[in-house]
Amino acid sequence: MESFELILPARGPFPVAALPTLRGVVASGNLEVLLEPGQTPDACAITVNTSAQGFRTIWEAVLQDFAERHPVGGLRLSINDAGATPAVVSLRLDQAFDACRSAQS
Amino acid sequence: MSAQIVFDRLFGSSHHQVTVDGHYVQGKAKVGGTEVVVIGTWDKAAVDGALALRIADAILTVVTEDEGRNKRPIVFIADTQGQALSRHEELLGLNGYFAHIARCVDLARRQGHRTVTVVHGEAVSGGFLSFGLLADHVFALPEAQVRVMDLRAMARVTKIPLEKLETLAKESPVFAPGAENYWRMGALEAIWSETDAWPRCLQEALSEAAGNDVRAERGLQRGGRLLAATVAERIGGA
Amino acid sequence: MSGAIMNKTIKRRISYYEAEARQRVAGLVDEGSFTEFCPPDQRLTSPHLARLDAPLAFDDGVVVGRARLGGKPVFIAAQEGQFNGGSVGEVHGAKIRGLLLRAVQEKPAAVLLLVDSGGVRLHEANAGLIAISEIMRAVLAVRAVGVPVYALVGGSCGAFGGMGIVTRLCDRVLMSEEGRLGLSGPEVIETVKGVDEFDSRDRALVWRVTGGKERCALGEADRLVDDDMAAFREAVAALLLQSVAVSGESLADLRAAQARLSARAEQFAEARDGLEIWRARGFAEPKGVPMLTADEFNRQLSAKAQEEVPA
Repeated sequence: MESFELILPARGPFPVAALPTLRGVVASGNLEVLLEPGQTPDACAITVNTSAQGFRTIWEAVLQDFAERHPVGGLRLSINDAGATPAVVSLRLDQAFDACRSAQS
Repeated sequence: MSAQIVFDRLFGSSHHQVTVDGHYVQGKAKVGGTEVVVIGTWDKAAVDGALALRIADAILTVVTEDEGRNKRPIVFIADTQGQALSRHEELLGLNGYFAHIARCVDLARRQGHRTVTVVHGEAVSGGFLSFGLLADHVFALPEAQVRVMDLRAMARVTKIPLEKLETLAKESPVFAPGAENYWRMGALEAIWSETDAWPRCLQEALSEAAGNDVRAERGLQRGGRLLAATVAERIGGA
Repeated sequence: MSGAIMNKTIKRRISYYEAEARQRVAGLVDEGSFTEFCPPDQRLTSPHLARLDAPLAFDDGVVVGRARLGGKPVFIAAQEGQFNGGSVGEVHGAKIRGLLLRAVQEKPAAVLLLVDSGGVRLHEANAGLIAISEIMRAVLAVRAVGVPVYALVGGSCGAFGGMGIVTRLCDRVLMSEEGRLGLSGPEVIETVKGVDEFDSRDRALVWRVTGGKERCALGEADRLVDDDMAAFREAVAALLLQSVAVSGESLADLRAAQARLSARAEQFAEARDGLEIWRARGFAEPKGVPMLTADEFNRQLSAKAQEEVPA
């Protein structure tokens, strides 16, 4: 397993509601994403545990993209990945984010 | 060890009429002056529906005979290679036959029969789950083999190379076959040695009233299972 | 015409088989009523998988908690079949056991076990085996205080190994046709006994031996349910309305079970295929049984049962 951490600056505060939230499953080609309240209001703290070796650059790109599309300030994001493609990773991140947002309305 | 020698050593040669019929163990014995009923499997029995029904029937017979009387303890002898592997047995619902044995053991417990399992030979997987592991006290004789699956069979089924499994077994008591691991994890109360007086050990075990399932706590105390008790307690709202 | 079509509500079937464990819980219980015990942010993960450098799940593959179903309080455990085959490891098993022990104290209307598991997690073999034995004791303890335990079997792993035994310790078993219930998986039997004994790639055969329709016909499952979340929910709600009083089994009950199981072994002494079970149960066209809808199957099965002279 490969593990790494990132802290990404956020473009705005995460609408904190219905946290923690989990989406996805740790199955081959899939991943689970856990959203929780984080420590830093203007950044997103991310931990990735992945069975796929050597894809850190791609992970950083996907996560960066996520942090740019959604306001993630004050969010902690934890991922258990079992070899999902970047497309599936993006999908799960969006699903997790949308789940929080719809729960609050 | 032959059946006769094992039972002579367990009960004393003049204190039992326990016999083996193929893979099935049956009989009566005296432990510390108290009559006990002996039920079990022998010679690496592959437990199929027929053997399961024999075991269940023997338990129900004890419960029936002792209604309104002193409840005789039951000593289970476990020597099994696990469940019979057969399409026919699966079709007929072998898992259900095993659950039936389990309910019978539970009935005996609720009726006040004390239960002890003595593991001889092998105690594997489903065969062990169905009755052996359900007794109030579970002991192993020296040389007893306790495991989920033979490493060779595991290699064939999981397609993980045998050498990798053997390495894992050396590193991990949680994974490796062996009575010592089951002792450490709380499932076996004790492994008797050649020099122990087995009749006295049995008598001691049967002198305790049955209680709750304390195996997780025992696994924690012995350092073999550090999480089972604490996680169950956390969920349980304690 | 177009107005009528626009007003029509289309009820979409949600496959129980395809759903994740958390989706099954959400689909079964009253909306918003589920509270998870030790939710994933508590990170009760498996140290044994970690040591083997295998991926972890924050909930170790099982969701446990309390909810309401049709207004009645239930405890629920849902295994995630997609994570390590829903297999039982030390933490996974302890979560289920903890739920059951809590049910002994709090006495909900029922405990629901959403079983989707091949049994013991081989990576944690010994811990898994002991855990399943502890779950067996705990299920019996819950039933002994009068709380029914209902098993739902409809996921891709079915209910095998020790979880196949646990399932049959429950008061009722609800299965979809897609579900399978047994002890040893077909691959294990084929590996050890050969392909003639059991061709694990013959999917139709596998389902004729351990699938929902065979189990219902045999009497190992109580009701066949459509592979549909709403259908499972309705079936559980119906059980809850019956308020089945449980108290652990009496000697008479177990003697009757012994007789039933003996009779079954005798009646089907040479059987190797579910077709023989269906034929014996009075289905006019055994080969056509896999094509029947759940409703039609249940209807025919109970019609045949009523025709039989009570023993």
